[in-house]
Amino acid sequence: MNTNIYITGVGGQGIGMLAEALIRAADHAGLAVKGVDTHGLAQRGGIVVSHLRIGDEVYSPLIPEGDADIAVALERHEALRALNGFVKDGGTLVWYDTVWQPLEVRVGAAPEVARETVAEECERRTVKNVRVRVDDLPDTRMQNIALMAAICREGLIPGIKKEHYEAAMGDLMEGRMLEKNRALFARLIG
Amino acid sequence: MKQLGTVLLSRQPFSEIVIGNTAIVRAMIETGTRVVTSYPGSPTPEIAEAIKSIPHDERPFYFEFSTNEKVATEVAYGASVNGHLSCVFFKSVGLNVAADTFVQLGHMNLTGGMVIVWGDDPGAHSSQNEQDNRHFALLSYTPVLEPATPAEVYSFYKEAARISVEKGMPVVLRLTTHVCHQKEKVSFGGWDPTPWDKTPRFDPKNGPYIPITTEVFPMKRRALKRLAELSAAFDASPMNRSEDHKNRDRGIITFGTTYLSLMDVLRGVKKRPDILKLGTIHPLPTGLIQAFLESHREVKILEELDAVIEPQIKALAYDKGIANRISGKRDAEEWIGEYTPDKVHGILRREWPDLLPERPPRPEGRPYAPKRPAQMCPGCGHRSAFYAIKKALAATDIKVGDIGCHSLGFLPPYNMNELLMCMGASVPMGSGLSLFQTERKVVAFLGDSTFFHAGLPGIVNAIFNRHRVTLILMENGTTAMTGHQDHPAVGKNFNEITEAIPVRRVLEGLGVKHIFEVDAYQQGKLIELVKQAVEIPEFSVVIAKHPCMLKYMREQRRKPDFKEKQVMVPPELCDGVHECVEKFACPTFTRLPNGKVTVNTDLCIGDGSCIQTCPSKAIKPKA
Repeated sequence: MNTNIYITGVGGQGIGMLAEALIRAADHAGLAVKGVDTHGLAQRGGIVVSHLRIGDEVYSPLIPEGDADIAVALERHEALRALNGFVKDGGTLVWYDTVWQPLEVRVGAAPEVARETVAEECERRTVKNVRVRVDDLPDTRMQNIALMAAICREGLIPGIKKEHYEAAMGDLMEGRMLEKNRALFARLIG
Repeated sequence: MKQLGTVLLSRQPFSEIVIGNTAIVRAMIETGTRVVTSYPGSPTPEIAEAIKSIPHDERPFYFEFSTNEKVATEVAYGASVNGHLSCVFFKSVGLNVAADTFVQLGHMNLTGGMVIVWGDDPGAHSSQNEQDNRHFALLSYTPVLEPATPAEVYSFYKEAARISVEKGMPVVLRLTTHVCHQKEKVSFGGWDPTPWDKTPRFDPKNGPYIPITTEVFPMKRRALKRLAELSAAFDASPMNRSEDHKNRDRGIITFGTTYLSLMDVLRGVKKRPDILKLGTIHPLPTGLIQAFLESHREVKILEELDAVIEPQIKALAYDKGIANRISGKRDAEEWIGEYTPDKVHGILRREWPDLLPERPPRPEGRPYAPKRPAQMCPGCGHRSAFYAIKKALAATDIKVGDIGCHSLGFLPPYNMNELLMCMGASVPMGSGLSLFQTERKVVAFLGDSTFFHAGLPGIVNAIFNRHRVTLILMENGTTAMTGHQDHPAVGKNFNEITEAIPVRRVLEGLGVKHIFEVDAYQQGKLIELVKQAVEIPEFSVVIAKHPCMLKYMREQRRKPDFKEKQVMVPPELCDGVHECVEKFACPTFTRLPNGKVTVNTDLCIGDGSCIQTCPSKAIKPKA
């Protein structure tokens, strides 16, 4: 049984760090795992995507269209885009509800995607909708950790437990940054 | 926290989750590679990031970012003929720049060995094309190995180094974007450091190293002989392997990440075709391929991008009198795009409709997600410059772009680059566009790293041949697009502090008579200077400078006394003119349902370059 996790957001939101933490958490849990990040142009305010595939029978790091069990999105428009393109019917969308308006919205060529649109579409497609929003986040650049805490709390990735996420954070951060992120993670998993 | 540099220098065997670009650095260390050179370009810059994680005084090899790929190749070549195992890496189109030197390497006796690493980009994720550099292997008589995974990057590099040292010939390791960035756990061997022999061992007797007429034929003959020997050796190489599913009807020959896609697509298929997975792409292991062709009634060649091995395999079958069905590309679409699992599924369905189940069509009627093209960062000096320069020029004036972050100026709402080719092409293309006319002014953009990479010959040409072009040098003090590598004007190289070569002084030295300089945030002055410059009937330069704010803010945030700054739009002042969201278009500005504008506090860096753009004077620094 494979688990395909599609991680997305806007360049600058910390998608790379989140993807790296998740792949390491999977590894700490003893799971076979593969992944790939998109780099390059996309980092300049465009869409950033990371594919993560857990399972013994995984070859390509790329998730086929419509074949993600879980999509993790750091932004509302990207949550909808991931839902449309990658999430399986019956899968899970876990997303941080912040808005970085895309160009089309800012120039007035398209309306901003509403929170309700994402919720209704999830319901229509029997996708589990896990909306995350922490109003007293110490730093906006910790939205990725808030999402990881939600993934942990809801037990969304089979086989990965609290201690595995914590060990992954320990691999990637140190000092005050690690303390702050661990504290937030502990608080949010309850 | 795991320190990558420490991990990479481990004496003991270890396993670690790495990307291909990191795995290769451990292979460089283990093989005793002594000189590594590069010019930054996606998908390869993370190789240098991994190198940088090793402190300079502990690094068991020399590394430099050279001024361009050709220079990098030449430095690595010089080191190799002096007895050092060397490596050069660059992106796909970097080979076009390096080609003049690269095509000669196969003729030479590279006494120290030399590995050339290509970062090809099927899918053109971060390049101006998806050129298949394997054509260059045939052109230059150079062997090419192609790994599919980070584990193979590690082991294939070691093999490339071994072959190169043994035969004194260049060996290419061809990576592709999703090999470079693919992550998995790789088991690395131990490392027993060998003493670093720095003796200069260059000896002309190892040559000839001067390819003149009388020497060219023997050198070419040697190159071809080495290839023929390798082809035979590759028949037994573990880099090529077949997967026997006891299917004598159908076989597939493939390589690289296409193999991974294929394996995913075939999961659950009962009667799987046999697979020959190649690791040596040039020269082909002809004995192995012949045996595979002879033992399968039908063989599909599954080859990403261009048909390079397909004609060679078909020719082999013809020569050997093999009449089995060999099928390659069926139409132009099979030459285009990355061979993802989705693409491979489609191709195999067309080849053998009974092999795979049909996939349901893409569902329609899903809610629209507005498009999000890449854009310049909040505070970017290029945005301020483009916004201003657009006001200085007539709509009919011709705006020529170049490679770098400022390429993004082609996007709405700026529409400031109307042509784009490759590194350094803006001034010469502009020169051509300026001929016979003065009614449409020609403006060429160029970044400061590109200035040194390939910009200079075009600039010298414009001075030499008196072209009436205005160069707008977008100086941000770094190689921003690829991750902030230092360039010659910065004052430090990869390893140490060095004397800066300021672009302005270079231009003055070349004899440019009209040089204007302004901070890109000073929009009024910039408009005035550009208007003035385009009226000058000869080559002129406007330097629009501002440090890369992405880099600057990262550095500021690390300081203990850093204070966050932002701007705000008090709702009572906003008249809904929308200059900030629609024309200046900093991603920070957010449109509210009531028509007013607000500032996205996740994004704003408080640079204030926007304040001057609001006709209602509604943008204010936040107290």
